[in-house]
Amino acid sequence: MRWLRRNLLGIVAILVLIYLFIPIAVVAILSFNKPSGKFNISWTQFSTDAWTNICGVPGVCSSFVTSIQIGIISTVVATALGTMIAFALVRYRFRGRSTTNLLIFLPMATPEVVMGSSLLALFLNLRFPLGQWTVIIAHIMFIISFVVVTVKARLQGLDPRLEEAARDLYADPKSTFRYVTLPLVAPGIAGAALLGFSLSFDDFIISYFNAGTLVTFPIFIWGAAQRGIPVQVNALATMVFVIALLIVLSSQLVSYRRRKKLMST
Amino acid sequence: MTGAIKQVEDLHLLNLTKKFGDVAAVDDLTLTIPAGSFFALLGASGCGKTTTLRMVAGLEEPTSGTINIGSKDITNLRAFQRPVNTVFQSYALFPHLDIFENVAFGLRRRGIKDVKTPVNQMLELVELGAMARRKPTQLSGGQQQRVAVARALINEPDVLLLDEPLGALDLKLRRQMQIELKRIQREVGTTFVHVTHDQEEAMTMADTVAIMNAGRIEQLGNPADIYELPKTVFVANFLGQSNLIHGTAQGRSGDDILVTAYGQTYVVPAARSSATTDSLIVGVRPEKMTVLDAPEGHRAPESHNKISGRVTDVSYAGVSTQYLVRTPWDQELTVFEQNVIVGDRCSVGDEVLLHWAPEHTFGLENLGG
Amino acid sequence: MVVAKRRSGTGYLLLFPGMTWLAIFFAIPFVTLFMTSLQEPVPGKMGKYQAGFQLSNYTNAMAEYWPQFLRSFIYAGIATLLALVIAYPLAYFIAMKGGKWRPLLLVLVIAPSFASFLLRTYAWRTILADEGPITSFFNALHLLPDDRILNTGIAVVAGLTYNFLPFMILPLYAALEKIDPRLIEASSDLYSSGVATFRKITWPLSLPGVVAGTLLTFIPAAGDYINAELLGSTKDRMIGNVIQTNFIEFRDYPTASALSFVLMAAILVMVFTYIRRAGTEDLL
Repeated sequence: MRWLRRNLLGIVAILVLIYLFIPIAVVAILSFNKPSGKFNISWTQFSTDAWTNICGVPGVCSSFVTSIQIGIISTVVATALGTMIAFALVRYRFRGRSTTNLLIFLPMATPEVVMGSSLLALFLNLRFPLGQWTVIIAHIMFIISFVVVTVKARLQGLDPRLEEAARDLYADPKSTFRYVTLPLVAPGIAGAALLGFSLSFDDFIISYFNAGTLVTFPIFIWGAAQRGIPVQVNALATMVFVIALLIVLSSQLVSYRRRKKLMST
Repeated sequence: MTGAIKQVEDLHLLNLTKKFGDVAAVDDLTLTIPAGSFFALLGASGCGKTTTLRMVAGLEEPTSGTINIGSKDITNLRAFQRPVNTVFQSYALFPHLDIFENVAFGLRRRGIKDVKTPVNQMLELVELGAMARRKPTQLSGGQQQRVAVARALINEPDVLLLDEPLGALDLKLRRQMQIELKRIQREVGTTFVHVTHDQEEAMTMADTVAIMNAGRIEQLGNPADIYELPKTVFVANFLGQSNLIHGTAQGRSGDDILVTAYGQTYVVPAARSSATTDSLIVGVRPEKMTVLDAPEGHRAPESHNKISGRVTDVSYAGVSTQYLVRTPWDQELTVFEQNVIVGDRCSVGDEVLLHWAPEHTFGLENLGG
Repeated sequence: MVVAKRRSGTGYLLLFPGMTWLAIFFAIPFVTLFMTSLQEPVPGKMGKYQAGFQLSNYTNAMAEYWPQFLRSFIYAGIATLLALVIAYPLAYFIAMKGGKWRPLLLVLVIAPSFASFLLRTYAWRTILADEGPITSFFNALHLLPDDRILNTGIAVVAGLTYNFLPFMILPLYAALEKIDPRLIEASSDLYSSGVATFRKITWPLSLPGVVAGTLLTFIPAAGDYINAELLGSTKDRMIGNVIQTNFIEFRDYPTASALSFVLMAAILVMVFTYIRRAGTEDLL
């Protein structure tokens, strides 16, 4: 009884973590399911069909690839634009700072429904054809803010003395940036890019409003939800989850190992 | 590193001013730092010494004034164009580069191709050859500090600036590094400008010390000179301790000024007084005074300045005993007596006579207050 | 450490591309949204609209859809509160007791976001299925008004709570992690019990995180329609569903735009009043 009281917090914490993962487990388990009907909701029997025949259902893989393409393009552009803004905010003086900040942070406080629908209103009024490009434009728009916040945090944590030391040691502004600033900000930029890509890949609402006839992976899933989601979708999603988890865990492992090596020397 | 003593020129700061808003952190500073000397800029936090250093480095733009090395005006040169290098207080070693690359940084930026030899030589000089491939976070504070020095020195600057580089080290290590830095300076011959708030450090390491207060230089000279003969109340109190007695000059007696204070007369050599008016402060360092029990008072030499008083505190500090003595006019004087004779100490409440030789007295301008 | 900022025009140059993008594709759309919301039907042509100033679009839209608005804010509000209650212990545990496991625990918190949002929501249909263990359990206790969870408001709120939980956990963690543990030690040194320490020290100091977390949860939840669509019935439609339906299916752009605009305005008003009250330490 005493033990329960002392460890109550830990127990609750672990329960919450389990709660977070239950749906993931369901998705993964159902990827090994062989549903009797069209709907993959309850367990019928074990089968690896979905995995071995992962592109078996038309539209699954093409929408997956579309999402990846859109993700890459949007991430590259948004990361570039957002990084530039972050540098401007931290390192340079300019007028209209509060307006700038407002415009950057407002997207993060706006419901996707509003952002998606207002963009659609814009495209409709301009008679701009809906499709891949409108989706990319939309994605870049809402990713920029996240990139700015991430890179800005990293940049602000940078010891300004390091750049002073570089100047003291004969590095002109370009060299200082190249040999000191950039290498030290790079992890922040990489993190922002990863965040941006995952936001783009999994985006549904904004994409749905602006995709026209284009089908991204989430749009495919949404359309399939009424008719029955193919098991392959579960397989692909599980695969993406595992890969992403491995990437993040391995980078954690690398920095953990590096820190241990530092302590022991 | 050629091994030969570097030919350097004097560093001139002329009317250097730095204002932040309305506040002058450095106020019309004019200073010449002799070539090849170990120069200390000493002062409390906020006195402007670090700002001065940064202006010489090119990391801070002066509001007005010029900086010259010899006849060359470097005021308008950017930091990376100046033949000046800095050892930062926090070392500022590049965390993403190993020690070798940190030290090689300046050479590489200047386009020098063969860095291996000079870097290894420099690492040997600071005894860190084995650490070449480690990262800064893997080194101790003392080791990092040596890397910072190596990284700066390898570029053979005309002036090496040190911004309180020993602040983060523990006492023993600090002493070691003080000796190290002195040795290196003598070997290399570069002008070292060392900024610190630690007076002991400044006095043991430097050939010349400048005391800074509120953006200005209060006094400049070699350590012994400015210690034995402070020219302002600030210096008298900042450097070591002083007993200061307010008085009035009454007249001369040969080369000496006679000063009366609280009914007593003191002899102050004219050459040791920086007062320009009759309102004069008589000063003497605590270690220059001798304590005699009141009954023994007649043993004090005739020519000495004398004060009688009562002991109010006795602190035994191993090397010396510190007394606080209250004068008839209710001023508390500090006296340090070296514990030469074991056991011979006064007690609280004793009536004593303090005396000291006139040549240890100094006179200061009484600027009110 | 404050770095002197450079005065050159480079700042503007760096800002220009990104801010222009945001201006064109975020700010201006609001203008077009507003303009579209005032459009009037083209006479004689069904489904076509032209520029106008039909304010009645707003009144009509609100008259018809105010229940969905209300429902959205209520569902989002309940979900936010639930998320706060569920997230706080976990955030507290990681911040105060996590120690060297912190990085790993944080990875576990964001990891679920790597799997498709839609699929995770859809998975609740399996978990909360009518014959499933959870629904049966609650049924046995006679707690369910409709004898089921799925296709009711309960499921929608449950889905909203789940989906936005990480957005509550992370800001809470960030704020709790900043609290100096010595403050808590000092509190118990000064005779405070565990509960009192929490009430007087921990909770007040974690408020910035609570404010951030509740905002980051409530705002997307209020506009969400995926949970309502996948887990609720037609009686549980939220304003997001309505906006989507009007835009995509009915193509009633004026009505849809009006609704969208009102949603945004309502959220902004709520956020500003909330922040102002939170700023005066007068919260919840």
